[in-house]
Amino acid sequence: MNALELIDISITPPGATAPLFPPVTLTIPAGEVLAVMGPSGVGKSTLIDFVGGHLGAGFRASGRVVLDGRDVTQLVPERRGIGILFQDPMLFPHLSVGENLAFGLTRRVARRSERRARVEAALARAGLDGLYDRDPATLSGGQRARAALMRSLLAEPGALLLDEPFAGLDGETRRDFRSFVFAHVKEHVIPVLMVTHDADDAEAAGTRQVVLRHE
Amino acid sequence: MTRSDGRGLRATVLAVVLAGLVLPIAAGLWHTVAAAFGHLPAIGKTEWSLEPWRQFLALPGAWTSVKLTLWTGLASTALSLLVAVGAATWCYGRLGPRAIGRLIAPFLAVPHAALAIGLAFVIAPSGWIARSVSPWATGWSVPPDLAIVHDPLGLSLILGLMVKEVPFLLLVMLAAMSQVPAAAQMRACRALGYGRSQVWLLIVFPQVYVQIRLAVYVVLSFALSVVDVGLVLGPSNPPVLAVALTRWFLAPDTKLILPASAAAIAQALIVLFAILIWRRGEVAVAHLGRAWICRGTRSQTWTWSSSAAAVSAGCCLALGMLALIALALWSVTWRWSFPAALPEMFSVGAWLRPGSGWGRAALNTAVIGVLATGLATVLAVAWLEGEDRAGLPRARWAEGLIYLPLIVPQVAFLYGLQVAFVWAGIAGGVAAVIWAQTLFVFPYVMLALSRSWRALDQRLVSSAAALGAGPIRRLLAIKLPILLRPLLTAAAVGFAVSVAQYLPTLFMGAGRVPTLTTEAVTLSSGSDRRVTAVYATLQSALPFLVYSAALAVPAWAFRNRRGLTGDPA
Repeated sequence: MNALELIDISITPPGATAPLFPPVTLTIPAGEVLAVMGPSGVGKSTLIDFVGGHLGAGFRASGRVVLDGRDVTQLVPERRGIGILFQDPMLFPHLSVGENLAFGLTRRVARRSERRARVEAALARAGLDGLYDRDPATLSGGQRARAALMRSLLAEPGALLLDEPFAGLDGETRRDFRSFVFAHVKEHVIPVLMVTHDADDAEAAGTRQVVLRHE
Repeated sequence: MTRSDGRGLRATVLAVVLAGLVLPIAAGLWHTVAAAFGHLPAIGKTEWSLEPWRQFLALPGAWTSVKLTLWTGLASTALSLLVAVGAATWCYGRLGPRAIGRLIAPFLAVPHAALAIGLAFVIAPSGWIARSVSPWATGWSVPPDLAIVHDPLGLSLILGLMVKEVPFLLLVMLAAMSQVPAAAQMRACRALGYGRSQVWLLIVFPQVYVQIRLAVYVVLSFALSVVDVGLVLGPSNPPVLAVALTRWFLAPDTKLILPASAAAIAQALIVLFAILIWRRGEVAVAHLGRAWICRGTRSQTWTWSSSAAAVSAGCCLALGMLALIALALWSVTWRWSFPAALPEMFSVGAWLRPGSGWGRAALNTAVIGVLATGLATVLAVAWLEGEDRAGLPRARWAEGLIYLPLIVPQVAFLYGLQVAFVWAGIAGGVAAVIWAQTLFVFPYVMLALSRSWRALDQRLVSSAAALGAGPIRRLLAIKLPILLRPLLTAAAVGFAVSVAQYLPTLFMGAGRVPTLTTEAVTLSSGSDRRVTAVYATLQSALPFLVYSAALAVPAWAFRNRRGLTGDPA
């Protein structure tokens, strides 16, 4: 069974002398959403970046990231198999909605017709039927967010990182998208690491919460 | 591909830039310096001495040339900046950046030389202005004997430079404005009782100036060392130093080469000296500005000065436009006698004979332009991509090297470079011209591209990586397509720079590679206006077409992509 393990992780930003937070050790079993809370600036997103391999230039970090028993700490992001969702959906603006999803879809699905069918099915599940050729810029915020999640899941990641994915949405859209995300990750049975500063999001995840504090 | 591969890429690009760009300039400067002190084995001189300097200063008109150079360079730059700043003040809140951009874009594509030739057609005693007011206002039935073009004070040279530099500085300022929270500051300061022009000058402009300083120095260096515009519009006897020393270099008499080398080094020192003077001026102006700010004087009433500047800028644009129309008109003229306001007979004859020379020149120009631009763009993308992949902070010192060719005057190292080429056994020709032009195209492509490249949201790239896309796929499928518009714009800028190159083509082509620019400049001195106009029109049209394509292609490709049709990042 997949599990995402963070072992003794400590990160120091460029120019700083002290790490952002005390060493973090966590295990997230598959199918579970772990919410990391904490004040802004404590390094929640930096932790996500480290786990995904996206840490910027100049950061010093120690500790290990283990996915499904495999140490991925030294791997480049594209070899980790860890998906990521940002606050903005980050759909590629030059591709259509369907092409965005096809970009994500794993190469294990090789046949053209099958790839198209998988993308169409994912669109349908996200309530985006018939929007394959649409410009992502013309979608509503909620539609874009769902498309971004489907794009991540089509890559068949071993784990998923959520970097305040609901912060850009309001009210009902936000609640809808939240339950949409949690339903899908349960179904995919992967570990999910979510950072948020909103207690509501953490409550909705209905699972463990960890609070990061400044060292 | 890992970080260390990224470092490898960056090291490779840096090595290419060092070997292809910095080293040649250094070698060129070195050979010029050596020749300036009497050492040029090629013509049998191996003794180090100060004799070339004595010869240079003893050449007739040498001192006048130096003085003319400083005067025209500093005056044209100061006036251009003044007019551009005033016009920007006036435009602020009246015209959006897009409107201004559309208004001045044509002038950015047109080479200096073409604009200068067109301007001469307009302001000369036999030019369009004189024709349109004669004989009814002036009584002239033959062109008056006035030295308007080639005037000994260099006024038409200054005007010619302004026509091109005012729009350029205006555009650079607009780009820099987007980095300054001008609207908020404007509101805050007006609430304190300051007038709009005053806020712009005292609060917004200082922040903008810091960002455009390099561009101003480039304009200054260019104005001090330009050869083609100097030949077309500048004083003729004695000319500005850059023109004089080009003549000496190209003279059949090899005795002039050593003093010409001394003059080339003097030219570089003049640029350095002028930048130092300019820097002192900046400090003085900043000092005055601070004192003014501290006094707290509120003034709502000097909109007249910004209006005056806007009118001046408008005149520059109008003159430039007239110059371009004059070129096109002359190119289809058969008979246009003085003082008729318009041609009496038209003919497309000149256009129907590409074999007369313009066909080959246009082909050379296009081929050299495309190759030099392609090389420079690939190098720029490799540089920026290497920076991304290496995960290292930007190397400012290395960026400084890139812009070296924009500050060091061309004449100071081109002759030495030719010597180095001969020494290395490389013959002058098309390949040498392409390479020499790339020296000047690359910095402009970098300038035009790097801001947009660095502004690309890194989370898009991270998203692609998290979906399993490796570095090559991220570059080809995500970054380059999203950056298509700035990429093509940068390439168009590069192409325009290439088309405009005069000296590198002349020197490195060993006179065997005629381009539209070299031919137009040569023809401008007294030849048939109709033929000159064909070359100059083509010279303006070619970069303009490329610019239009650079705008049209992404607009068409992304016609259904709203996220990419706004202003480039």
